[in-house]
Amino acid sequence: MSGLISLTLRIWRQRSPESPGAYASYRLERVSADLSLLEALDLLNEQLISAGERPVGFEHDCREGICGSCGFLVNGQAHGPQAATTVCQLYLRRFNDGDTLVLAPWQAKAFPPIQDLVVDRSALDRLIEAGGFCSVNTGNAPDANAILVGRDQAASAFETATCIGCGACVASCRNASASLFVAAKLAHLAQLPQGQPERAARAEAMQQQMGREGFGSCSSQLECEAVCPKQISADWISWMHGERRRAAGSGG
Amino acid sequence: MSCLPDPRLPTGPLATAWRRTRDGLPLISPLRKRQLRIVVVGSGLAGSAAAASLAEQGYQVQLVTFHDSPRRAHSVAAQGGINAAKNYANDGDSVERLFADTLKGGDFRAREAGCYRLAEISGAIIDQCVAQGVPFAREYGGTLANRNFGGSQVSRTFYARGQTGQQLLYGAYQALMRQVAAGRVELLTRREMLELVTLDGVARGVVCRNLLSGELETYTANAVVLASGGYTNVYYLSTNALKSNASAIWRAHLEGALFANPCFTQIHPTCIPSGDAYQSKLTLMSESLRNDGRVWLPLKAGDRRPPDQIPEAERDYFLERQYPSYGNMVPRDVASRRARELCDGGHGVGQGGRSVYLDFHDAIASQGSEIIETRYGNLFEMYQRITGVDPMAAPMRIYPAPHYTMGGLWVDYHLMSSIPGLFVLGEANFSEHGANRLGASALMQGLADGYFIAPATVTAWLAEQGATAIGPDDPAVREACLEAGQRAQGRIEALLAVAGTRPVDSFHRALGQLMLEHCGIIRSAAGLQAGLAAVAELEAQFQRDLRVPGGAHEPNGELEKALRLSDFFGLAQLMLRDALAREESCGAHFREEHQSSGGEAVRDDQHFAHIAAWEHRPGAAPIRHQEPLSFSLLQPSTRNYQ
Repeated sequence: MSGLISLTLRIWRQRSPESPGAYASYRLERVSADLSLLEALDLLNEQLISAGERPVGFEHDCREGICGSCGFLVNGQAHGPQAATTVCQLYLRRFNDGDTLVLAPWQAKAFPPIQDLVVDRSALDRLIEAGGFCSVNTGNAPDANAILVGRDQAASAFETATCIGCGACVASCRNASASLFVAAKLAHLAQLPQGQPERAARAEAMQQQMGREGFGSCSSQLECEAVCPKQISADWISWMHGERRRAAGSGG
Repeated sequence: MSCLPDPRLPTGPLATAWRRTRDGLPLISPLRKRQLRIVVVGSGLAGSAAAASLAEQGYQVQLVTFHDSPRRAHSVAAQGGINAAKNYANDGDSVERLFADTLKGGDFRAREAGCYRLAEISGAIIDQCVAQGVPFAREYGGTLANRNFGGSQVSRTFYARGQTGQQLLYGAYQALMRQVAAGRVELLTRREMLELVTLDGVARGVVCRNLLSGELETYTANAVVLASGGYTNVYYLSTNALKSNASAIWRAHLEGALFANPCFTQIHPTCIPSGDAYQSKLTLMSESLRNDGRVWLPLKAGDRRPPDQIPEAERDYFLERQYPSYGNMVPRDVASRRARELCDGGHGVGQGGRSVYLDFHDAIASQGSEIIETRYGNLFEMYQRITGVDPMAAPMRIYPAPHYTMGGLWVDYHLMSSIPGLFVLGEANFSEHGANRLGASALMQGLADGYFIAPATVTAWLAEQGATAIGPDDPAVREACLEAGQRAQGRIEALLAVAGTRPVDSFHRALGQLMLEHCGIIRSAAGLQAGLAAVAELEAQFQRDLRVPGGAHEPNGELEKALRLSDFFGLAQLMLRDALAREESCGAHFREEHQSSGGEAVRDDQHFAHIAAWEHRPGAAPIRHQEPLSFSLLQPSTRNYQ
């Protein structure tokens, strides 16, 4: 047990996309340091409800770092100060007694605000819709072992496939670029034999869609890599640029 | 509804039953399919796979999900793996063996034909997923790698580190998004199903609440597919994602769909134990950890020494001692019960003595830390983040937690519920797991249902309706939608009108505590009776003293939770009734009145070799129907893991 901790939470409150937003301060007194930050927000919300106030809106679901629902800025950092961690897996023991935490939503043109810490990330789905798949219908696939994939190659594909689509990379980029998200999906599929037939077209279509959604270009600041809860390397963004050149060269 | 519908089980040899059934199902021409609409509720493995596959066939599909993206469905969290009878490990596996393990693992409380079909389809699932680009683990030569899972003596589990569910879901999600791009699936995110629309007892659509605007929306269809997952969150603390709920299936139940075996809830043995009162989650640690981790407790009750100060001779490796053949890999119900008994006896460790050690010391010593870290790295990291303890240096502490619901809406062999036109897939149905689900078989079932079974059987049902059947745009259907919408509206207004003092979570925590106490790892007649009274009393308090802030026409998470909890109250009481009526111990359902002198479950095949299917009656006690189970290839035997 890590004992008790008291915190000040400064939270961005915005009732609706149209209404103005502002920070509001709340105190949490002597709560267990073994609570996650989202559990601390649960506790705060119970206090707010009991006091007749509107609870804080935030996205969450699995609370074990895999669904990608949660995510906001903690003291300006996407998912907070702990590396390779989603905000649902950020525990209060990471902070000091008496700290002030500033919680703000992802800020990006492609992620319009919804309420408080909640934003609309459906643009990421439309990026996948643009070509982030292998075009294979159900049934009649060849035996799985008919497609050999080297162990290291499979492991590398897995490393990029593990992106949870939380949007932290976008939120931390000064250009609000989705390059790491797109690069990860392109790299996942292009490293496997199954992804080859549509490789060039996919690279072209997904990168074009990024622009249409209002995501900016890569800022080359590598903030995306620093905040990625799944530790996906920004090297894949350079690789992605090569994919586009490759696609252009192949006429795809 | 006054009796059990025909389960439409195939006759003749099981080995060819599904092929014969499928080949005999009627088809629909591609041109007509384009005119038929199907609503799928839920975007997990079963829902996304079904929506994608049905859209590929040419139907107009609408997919409803309460998530902002289908990729967030709870299937994403499944860690360990997916079984398939490929025999790639050349260790004697076969469809027959996977079938036998599934039926036996479920303690002979599942249908033989369904289990056989699941085993038979398993190989095609792996083929399909690999073709989609799912990056399963591979051997150096490029072939797929396999590992062993609980309840099995062969290595038939395919995996992608500890994130198999994530990778399989992304495969299905990507297939789905391909169909969205093709204009064949309309994606309806941030909508929660509140009511099923029926007309003359046939499913015709759903009423949803738009979670952003609060508006009620109706979606009519020629067929409705529910793939809305399980209901373990009735226990509040569970391994499920926090939004997982029973509303879709419970509302269908109230509209006439039978609910089967609601009391069969799997308690998973390897979860991170609970601590603070405001803890919201019990995180699962994959069962695969038990391949190398050894489970133990101090021999002496009340021993409070740190684990590294307890010598070998004073440790009880209780699973290895009690089950020499399977050791730490005994099925989940057995491992959970044994842990609970020893903790009840004062041997437990950690806060309140409610956990056991899962120790990797020996595996690290014999195989090296690098191998163990490679094998379980992400799980170890997860454990360390949550508990602050490094499992490479000190044993993990684990404890059983509610994990998976084997019960669900009753379906026939075609996955159709007792409401014609309403199909139920994945964890939302009661299906193939019997009284206890084997490890790595949930993903298998979700994808079998979604990719391979529903596309064939939904088509067959639509074909049987003929071109003259009432369509989704018929005025009578519109009238039924209006009525269903009014029901939903009434429920929302009633909850907002309570204006009491207690937030919804405080009621949910109280319900969870009652269910864990009375309908958890161990049940008894007296406990279940007491539970029924206590849940009814808590529900009455909920109706008197709930406080839901905000209004109906805005994003309102508290209202969402209140609607879900109001359904959990009804379901909880049905679970207690079902557990009370099942006077035997089987699988996850352990009645303390029915155990051997050695503390093992005693099944009663003479009286309880059946599926219990409950019929809702407004204002009266539900009726328990029985669907007898019969076995031809494998005769019920006592499970013995010694």
